[in-house]
Amino acid sequence: MARRVVITGVGLLTPLGHGTEISWKRLLEGKSGAGPITAFDTTDYACSVACEIPTVDGRGGGGPDIEGSFDASKVLSNKERRKVDDFILYAIAAADEALNDANWHPESEEDQTRTGVMIGSGIGGLGVIAETALELKEKGPKRISPFFIPSSLINLASGQVSIRHGLKGPNHSVVTACATGAHAIGDAARLIKYGDADVMVAGGAESAIVPVGIAGFIACRALCTAFNETPEKASRPYDKDRDGFVMGEGAGILVLEEYEHAKARGAKIYAEVLGYGLSGDAYHITAPSEDGDGGFRAMSMALKDAGIKAEEIDYVNSHGTSTMADGIELKAIEKFLGERAATGTVSSTKSAIGHLLGAAGAVEAAFCVLAIRDQIAPPTINLDNPDVETPIDLVPNKAKPMKIDKVMSNSFGFGGTNAALILGKVD
Amino acid sequence: MSEVLERVRKIVIDHLDADPDKVTDKASFIDDLEADSLDIVELVMAFEEEFDIEIPDDSAEHILTVGDAVNYIQEKLSA
Repeated sequence: MARRVVITGVGLLTPLGHGTEISWKRLLEGKSGAGPITAFDTTDYACSVACEIPTVDGRGGGGPDIEGSFDASKVLSNKERRKVDDFILYAIAAADEALNDANWHPESEEDQTRTGVMIGSGIGGLGVIAETALELKEKGPKRISPFFIPSSLINLASGQVSIRHGLKGPNHSVVTACATGAHAIGDAARLIKYGDADVMVAGGAESAIVPVGIAGFIACRALCTAFNETPEKASRPYDKDRDGFVMGEGAGILVLEEYEHAKARGAKIYAEVLGYGLSGDAYHITAPSEDGDGGFRAMSMALKDAGIKAEEIDYVNSHGTSTMADGIELKAIEKFLGERAATGTVSSTKSAIGHLLGAAGAVEAAFCVLAIRDQIAPPTINLDNPDVETPIDLVPNKAKPMKIDKVMSNSFGFGGTNAALILGKVD
Repeated sequence: MSEVLERVRKIVIDHLDADPDKVTDKASFIDDLEADSLDIVELVMAFEEEFDIEIPDDSAEHILTVGDAVNYIQEKLSA
């Protein structure tokens, strides 16, 4: 009998706060994590809004007395902090929470070698790469830090988490732009199914709210530029006035575990990974094919993998980035759901947290897990005037309590890479 | 001597997050101050910057303690 994979731990560091419960609570309340960029001076940048993590030192709307504000010093010492880019710091923070939540702290050789890590990132240490390039130009090659390479490599998120927790199983990493988080979870689940590990710490992390990150996405005309004065309105999937995505940052980590392994140790089981599908558009470097075929095929593969029917999908967390591509995806979801579309429920949580690029798919899968736990679909905020005609309920502005047994989460990335995950309640 | 020692100590304390009481003349970077080989590369770079000197790799290999660093820097500065 095939090995089943369940989710036993969740860790989130999002623009809505540090911690799974605070992020989820604020998401359900319809809060926005967007604000003016505080990480750097945005003079001359067409876009000056982003969804930054709130921090105790006042960034991103956080503060020492504000609940859910991230305190990096509680995660790493100053000495260790200097050796990692922020995306690794975020991955470590979310992985700590996920492993604590799962109550999984392997100490025996057997438990350690059967626990692996698969954390990806879309662009990794972009900030430190840019800063180091400037230093190289100003001071020459002898002044480059020996920690530059290990602080910026994408797979060092997995490496650092493995070293920190003594996890000696498969150590792997995914890089598929904005589909990274979903691919990491899907691929990690397969490693468990295939028998390479019993537990996987899987997800994505991103920290691209840096000058070259914002300037680069402005240059490819992907970012929102019309809401610099009203940041909380900027991310508005499916709305008439949407004009690009809002950059987010953070990390989402799930602890995936083989079902019998989880049961045997009495672990809390949130949900099961039922299906995973992946495809390529073979179309364009940044735009999805206009018929949404790549996304549709990923969803169909996930459905086949899950061995269920499309009408069983109660809720879909869409990729929905607040760009023109929203409509293309929605048409593909309608086609996928078939008759269920008339009573289907789809929302884009990017409306609240922005687009976390390589972390997006993992954070959104975590939200799907919580939607199953609490039987409630999170809202698509800022959806005031839909410009799509659809029978699907897009959950505008208010969370929707409903029966949720099976969910699907979509993630699509530059390069025409698509992933769909189907998760289900475990009875 | 004491001025160089103080400046070296400050760099070591900053870079290694070390307990100031442990950063003595005899303290070994690896054995007493929990540094690894990359930490030492970074420390040596910081000494170079602070004292505006060059420390070639084959000399750096012999800098194992706080005192080694102070002595080396003293010699360089008085040369």
